[in-house]
Amino acid sequence: MTQNSSKGMGFIIGASSVGTLIEWYDFYIFGMLATIISKQFFPEDSGTSALLSTLAIFAAGFIVRPFGALVFGRLGDLIGRKYTFLLTLILMGGSTFAIGLVPGFKSIGWAAPILVLILRLVQGLALGGEYGGAATYVAEHAPAERRGYWTSWIQTTATLGLFLALGIIILIRQGQGVEKFSSEWGGWRYPFWISLLLVIVSIVIRMKMSESPMFAKVKSEGKTSVNPLKESFGHRANFKMVLVALFGAVMGQGVVWYTGQFYAQTFIENVCKVNFIDSRNILLIAILFATPFFVVFGTLSDRIGRKWIMLAGMALAIVTYRPIYQKFIDYTNPANRTGLLDVAKTTASNPVGTLDSKDKKKMLVTVKYDTAYTDGAVYTYTKVDTIHYQDDYSGTTASIGYILPGKNNPSILDTVLVKLKPAAGVVLADGITYAAVDKKSAKQGVVVEKSVDSSSFWKMVFLVFILILYVTMVYGPIAAFLVELFPTKIRYTSMSLPYHIGNGVFGGLVPFLGTLIVEFTKTKELPGGDPLAGLWYPIGIAALCLIIGSVYLQNKIDKEVMD
Amino acid sequence: MLLAPSIIIFLFWQAADKIGMASEATKANITLQWSIILIIFFPICIGLLIFGYYAVKGYYEHLPESSAEITDY
Repeated sequence: MTQNSSKGMGFIIGASSVGTLIEWYDFYIFGMLATIISKQFFPEDSGTSALLSTLAIFAAGFIVRPFGALVFGRLGDLIGRKYTFLLTLILMGGSTFAIGLVPGFKSIGWAAPILVLILRLVQGLALGGEYGGAATYVAEHAPAERRGYWTSWIQTTATLGLFLALGIIILIRQGQGVEKFSSEWGGWRYPFWISLLLVIVSIVIRMKMSESPMFAKVKSEGKTSVNPLKESFGHRANFKMVLVALFGAVMGQGVVWYTGQFYAQTFIENVCKVNFIDSRNILLIAILFATPFFVVFGTLSDRIGRKWIMLAGMALAIVTYRPIYQKFIDYTNPANRTGLLDVAKTTASNPVGTLDSKDKKKMLVTVKYDTAYTDGAVYTYTKVDTIHYQDDYSGTTASIGYILPGKNNPSILDTVLVKLKPAAGVVLADGITYAAVDKKSAKQGVVVEKSVDSSSFWKMVFLVFILILYVTMVYGPIAAFLVELFPTKIRYTSMSLPYHIGNGVFGGLVPFLGTLIVEFTKTKELPGGDPLAGLWYPIGIAALCLIIGSVYLQNKIDKEVMD
Repeated sequence: MLLAPSIIIFLFWQAADKIGMASEATKANITLQWSIILIIFFPICIGLLIFGYYAVKGYYEHLPESSAEITDY
């Protein structure tokens, strides 16, 4: 057994995992606060801002991860694992803390999004270097017969980082209230600042760690690689293993992971319209119950091999993704409600009219309907009517009113000089002049937010748990699998690149490409598109990976990784 | 081996199609989105092509038993 002389595996795992967990936490909080970040750091109503936010939020952090893998992987194989992943931790913590300090667009203009974009790139680079180092470090300490078990602890950090990020954001948001939380220097910045504290603690712990015994031995014998990049990718014997790792294992693992956790949350919130708190609570509880299975499947892989556990996870995902996501829709579809309408608790708020600050001929009328059911579910429909005033009528002072369904008298919203004519749904009543909005220019929008009933809530928790169980199958054994595929002197570089292409690119783009595919299915007959169409991307990638992996991967456990 | 060029052709065809169909207001955004997709997936498809080539040539029929087979250039 290879073991650190003075500290046991527990310390090695703990010290490595805490740092990796914090890096995941740092990486996730940006994504989870993306909506607020885009509002704070990008100008409103600007086409260019949309371009930049697309770059910053969807792509930048993920795309640079393979580059981080190359840069820090090379460093790790040249100077050692310990100092390299110490450096990635400092970079990640520093950039995260700095994002929390960048003033908003209102204060410093275009410097704000540019700074955030640069810091996000640094985050991506740092994460690209971190994981490979931590997994390699732990694997090189672990006894051969329990390598899957010990490295699976590192695998839990990605999910626990998400758990920590979600928990902290929810706590601060609940404590501060939505408005204060979302303000320029509001609570959304705290998770970024908290990162500094976490990183300092982790650096202190990691400073006490010693270099990987395998790397130390290779170094003492003068056998370290002179050019890890060339040796990893410039020679066919190793490059073919990099390719089979990517296309036969990590590509499928990446899409299963991101579909199980991130796309599920996006889907529940944006397609099923479950409210912010419920959608996150569903994910949090599911993660809590599913996380131990990383260790279960990691341990199992030590006994029966890594290959078939990972491929079984992909196969199950391919077969069950569409039925599971269909169930999410069914559980939140008002047409499928088993509870009766609770008339006493079904209410409509008073309409609120707001004149558009830029276009004084436009008024937004907002009404919130809470539709309650006897089973406890509450569906909140926030309906917004846009009233456009006409130019081609002689002006007169009138009160703008809004009639709620089932009511006779309109609620008076405002008294303005109007030039209007009648239209359905919206009336103006001033006692003197009867007028309303032009029918052609009246625009309506409905925002739905659902608080699900207890039964549906727990069914959805169970389904997300199943999705994360697939994640644990593909992700639990993969660190041991990758470590065993490559030799010590170029291991950090060789395993980091396929890992971060598979996860950062194939996996990280699941929410973006999934949403894009749904957009493609939108037609005049089906304006909402096929909500399940986005799943074809992860299903297709996982299926290709399953075929390649079944044919070309070995199930053998390589006990000798000391070479 | 044929899969990689097929994917590349499909992606370029889709990009041209979607950018062509886009309205003036959304054209810049859609062009950017597809540029990102093409820039990311083009090199990956090249990797898939090389993987296919290795597979056809039979380089995966014998996988290394030890690291010596990988590093013994």
